[in-house]
Amino acid sequence: MADIQKLKQIASQVRRDIIRQTHSAASGHPGGSLGCTDFLVALYFDLMEHDPSFNMKAKGEDVFFLSNGHISPVWYSVLARSGYFPTAELATFRQINSRMQGHPATHEGLPGIRVASGSLGQGLSVAIGMALAKKLDGDDKTIYALTGDGELEEGQVWEAMMFAAHHKVDNLVVAVDWNGQQIDGPTEEVMSLGDLPAKWAAFGWEIVHLEDGNDMEQVVAKLNEAKSKTGQGKPIVIMMKTEMGFGVDFMQGTHKWHGKAPNAEQTADALSQLEETLGDY
Amino acid sequence: MLDQIIDSGKKATRDGFGAGLHAIGQQNDEVVALCADLIGSLKMQAFIKDFPERFFQVGIAEANMMGIAAGLATAGKIPYTGTFANFSTGRVYDQIRQSIAYSHKNVKVCASHAGLTLGEDGATHQILEDMGMMRMLPGFTVINPCDYNQTKAATIAIAEHYGPVYLRFGRPSWPNFTAEDQKFEIGKALLMSEGSDVSLFATGHMVWNAVEAAKIVAAEGISVELINIHTIKPLDEEAILESALKTKAVVTAEEHQRNGGLGDAVAQVLSRKAPTPQEYIAVNDSFGESGKPVELLSKYGLGVDDIVQAIRNVIKRK
Repeated sequence: MADIQKLKQIASQVRRDIIRQTHSAASGHPGGSLGCTDFLVALYFDLMEHDPSFNMKAKGEDVFFLSNGHISPVWYSVLARSGYFPTAELATFRQINSRMQGHPATHEGLPGIRVASGSLGQGLSVAIGMALAKKLDGDDKTIYALTGDGELEEGQVWEAMMFAAHHKVDNLVVAVDWNGQQIDGPTEEVMSLGDLPAKWAAFGWEIVHLEDGNDMEQVVAKLNEAKSKTGQGKPIVIMMKTEMGFGVDFMQGTHKWHGKAPNAEQTADALSQLEETLGDY
Repeated sequence: MLDQIIDSGKKATRDGFGAGLHAIGQQNDEVVALCADLIGSLKMQAFIKDFPERFFQVGIAEANMMGIAAGLATAGKIPYTGTFANFSTGRVYDQIRQSIAYSHKNVKVCASHAGLTLGEDGATHQILEDMGMMRMLPGFTVINPCDYNQTKAATIAIAEHYGPVYLRFGRPSWPNFTAEDQKFEIGKALLMSEGSDVSLFATGHMVWNAVEAAKIVAAEGISVELINIHTIKPLDEEAILESALKTKAVVTAEEHQRNGGLGDAVAQVLSRKAPTPQEYIAVNDSFGESGKPVELLSKYGLGVDDIVQAIRNVIKRK
């Protein structure tokens, strides 16, 4: 059984890390990072079997791919807090000579990252490739991936969706960060996504609905439900409703903090709303 | 030496790829193949027949194919992607750049129907910019073999090289004149014929046209040093400099735009280390069109006669 209280405490610290990283870099994407914090914490601290000593090929391990690479602050924090690299390194986010690039990369050898992402729409395809390799190798572990909802405007995602269903890639769980926001505004104004669950279902995917992706109890339950549906001939998608900016009142529910860093005053305000549970880096 | 370069019977370079893929599939269990609805065109049938579980039909979705290949490579597989050169590069440049090149994935991008010799399908499919695009990507190896035998050998050799590779070949039946059981060395220029008056650096299908041109000017008393540059990147700078310093005149020949291809790669070496008069045999900032391969090469300045003229011209500039 997952210790929900403990996961919530970790999430609070991760949210502090996100605010502090983006503030000190004076850039980055806090909104989506805050919204997906609960999901990534549940994955890395509860659901996935993974080894922070990090092996690129990940034989016998569950693997996570972040397709919407701009929410790197949450991933970096979760990886550091999981033991992939020292938390002190979070202070180098977006600085020169850092392994913590603006968008995740393998180029500098940051442990935990297996492919670069940032140019949107590519992560699902890469996740499928690794899932196919696991099947070829008789490895029964699961591949997880996260994609933004605005990211679904990229055509490659639909190519990948079609492929995964056709080839019965059923060791794959994809979550859609369904926060309804993208840089230029609400998705329904920028480019309507329509009935997303119906579209995924029509493409042959098994759907898991996560009504509140910022409620840790629900996140853990739905991740486990998704995992229980692996190995049944269909890829699985979690339609995960989140609030962009969750946990910081003035950032919550708006696209305005998608790609904007908080200033000193805003940072102090945000941190006052987030308990320091594991010690700041 | 020139007289000993003989066509043993026309075969397509893409058939060499198919044969090489099957051979490396037998030797290396980690080799997997993907195709975007062009199995027959890429000659992948033999691999698919013997290793069906290691083949993935992607459908007409090249961007997805590149991403899947990156994922397979992450787990230690050696993916060979197969589609036309146009759809292997320009169509999926960003996917290759981010998921393969920047991410250091061991993916072999195998591209058929490159250049004008694609023929009748016309300019939509006749990509002439691919080598330029691919050689600009940091860490990418770019190979353009000249005939069936060399394409087969290259297809086998790239599995032993860790890192992303662009392997370019073509559609038409073309003279097959290099050794049948050759060992392919990535980055090592192949001296086809020694000479003293002009260095002729050719790649891909143009190597054969270069052979014919060299034979013609030999009758005029011009001694051509013919070098087959099958690897555009990393370029064999040593071989190029050695030859250029000896002959003091250079002609480059490629089935590609002037911008960004072999000629530019050679010029970059020469301008830095041994400035030498150079003539380009390449398409001059133009799209192609429908037609028969040899007709097209001639119309766009890549015919045997064009190489002959370039040789005469560059010697005058010494």
